[in-house]
Amino acid sequence: MTDIIIAGIGQTPVGEHWDISLRSLALQAIQAAIQDSGGLKPQALYVGNMLSAAISRQGHLGALLADYAGLTGIEAESVEVGGASGGAALRLGFMAIASGMVDVALVVGVEKFTDVIGPDLEAALATQTDADFEAIHGLTLSAQAALLARRYIFENQVPIDGLAGFAMTAHFNGAGNANAMYRKVIALEAYQKAEQVSDPLNIYDIAPNADGAAALVLIRRELLPQGLPHPMVRVAASAVASDTLTLAERSDLLSFSAVQSSTDAALQKADLTREQIDLFEYYDAFSIFAALSLEAAGYAKRGMGWKFANEGSISLTGQIPCATMGGLKARGNPGGATGVYQAVEASLQLRGQAGKNQISGAQHALIQCLGGPASVSITHVLKTMA
Amino acid sequence: MEIPRHWRLKKQRYGLVGEVCPHCEVKIFPPRDICPACGKEAKTAFTFSGNGEVFSFTTVYEAPSGFNETTPYTVALVKLDEGPLVTAQLTDLGETSPEIGMPVEMVTRRLRSDGDERGMLIYGYKFRPVLQAAG
Repeated sequence: MTDIIIAGIGQTPVGEHWDISLRSLALQAIQAAIQDSGGLKPQALYVGNMLSAAISRQGHLGALLADYAGLTGIEAESVEVGGASGGAALRLGFMAIASGMVDVALVVGVEKFTDVIGPDLEAALATQTDADFEAIHGLTLSAQAALLARRYIFENQVPIDGLAGFAMTAHFNGAGNANAMYRKVIALEAYQKAEQVSDPLNIYDIAPNADGAAALVLIRRELLPQGLPHPMVRVAASAVASDTLTLAERSDLLSFSAVQSSTDAALQKADLTREQIDLFEYYDAFSIFAALSLEAAGYAKRGMGWKFANEGSISLTGQIPCATMGGLKARGNPGGATGVYQAVEASLQLRGQAGKNQISGAQHALIQCLGGPASVSITHVLKTMA
Repeated sequence: MEIPRHWRLKKQRYGLVGEVCPHCEVKIFPPRDICPACGKEAKTAFTFSGNGEVFSFTTVYEAPSGFNETTPYTVALVKLDEGPLVTAQLTDLGETSPEIGMPVEMVTRRLRSDGDERGMLIYGYKFRPVLQAAG
């Protein structure tokens, strides 16, 4: 199989972009990525987006964005896998090139959460749960994560501020990322005093939903033009696994089995052990998701993910740096764009362009986004091109 | 308004009707026709007793539209005596704080209205603490 290279990357800052429409936001990221690639012309566009139909009354993003970006006529599709939609778009681009059917693919993730606010946004988000047996009972995505957190705390005797390590690490790293939504370090006291959203989760346990767009230009290695100024990064592996959508139907509630399967498969395809990974962009939409992801990915023992974070093992100088550019908690959670932001950020690390947050000598990155509470886990391994 | 979808779910909402797998005897809620335990066909109806205990719970302060007249409310995972977990609100708590392990029983309550204030009322299961005799 040919090598699939990330030739260009682009991202907008993550935030509440009241004055920028969905199509304009996507275009900013697309233009940045195409320019970064030296002007490569894609034959196909893959869009990752969660909720544009529910929030902006806009479906059909493939055709809309291909045309808006001046690429009228090319193959254009949009894919929805909840919070993993961005990872799914990357996978489609990867598979298109790996199959030989496409030479240059444009992958874009975009989300405009702020087109609705408050209860209408919560209702749109709740379409990601089981409509007949979860959403109808008033379950929100935060409440779903809170049910996991409460049980986790009960089974593992986690102290009241036990999950603080995730937000603190994320905010520390966000301070070094110019595109991050939150760029201030937070102290433990702030976490301890924070307002409850869905107990036991407080505002620091929940990543902020915000607007953003990120894009990648993928190309097969044989066609890579000479003379691009930045080091090349390749997508060495792609793996997806699923679990029940409904939390109540899990065979083991506190085990993210889809994370375990997709991580094992991705590492195997990339011919790496988990110890050889230099950074892990996990899906910290909620602190409890980060804890369970670390456990399922094999970095922390079961029930000890919270402690692993508090001990500093996930810091930039720790055993496995996580959320190196702020993660979902501090960079922000732009829904279907998140998986593409993770690829952009990991690419910056592997290119040596991560500035203050640079992991020295980074060669192998693990990136992972989740749809729901790991109802789907989409995992990629990126490597510096040898 | 989504009348057909809610009408289809009457037996589950009012009667907690699920399935029992004729091959491996596992009790299934909600009904799904393929047994999640053994993978074989499971279409035999089974009515749950409605008794269970709280497995986890949380209080929702920022509700989706359609539910925000009733915030704050408590949503739980209830472990039914027969095995499955079910997602539902806790009700009639009064001054009692919910706790993991608390015995609960099914009652029928209004879940929400379908659409605006003139929409159909949707009823279904919630769970209340098992009533103890006084004294």
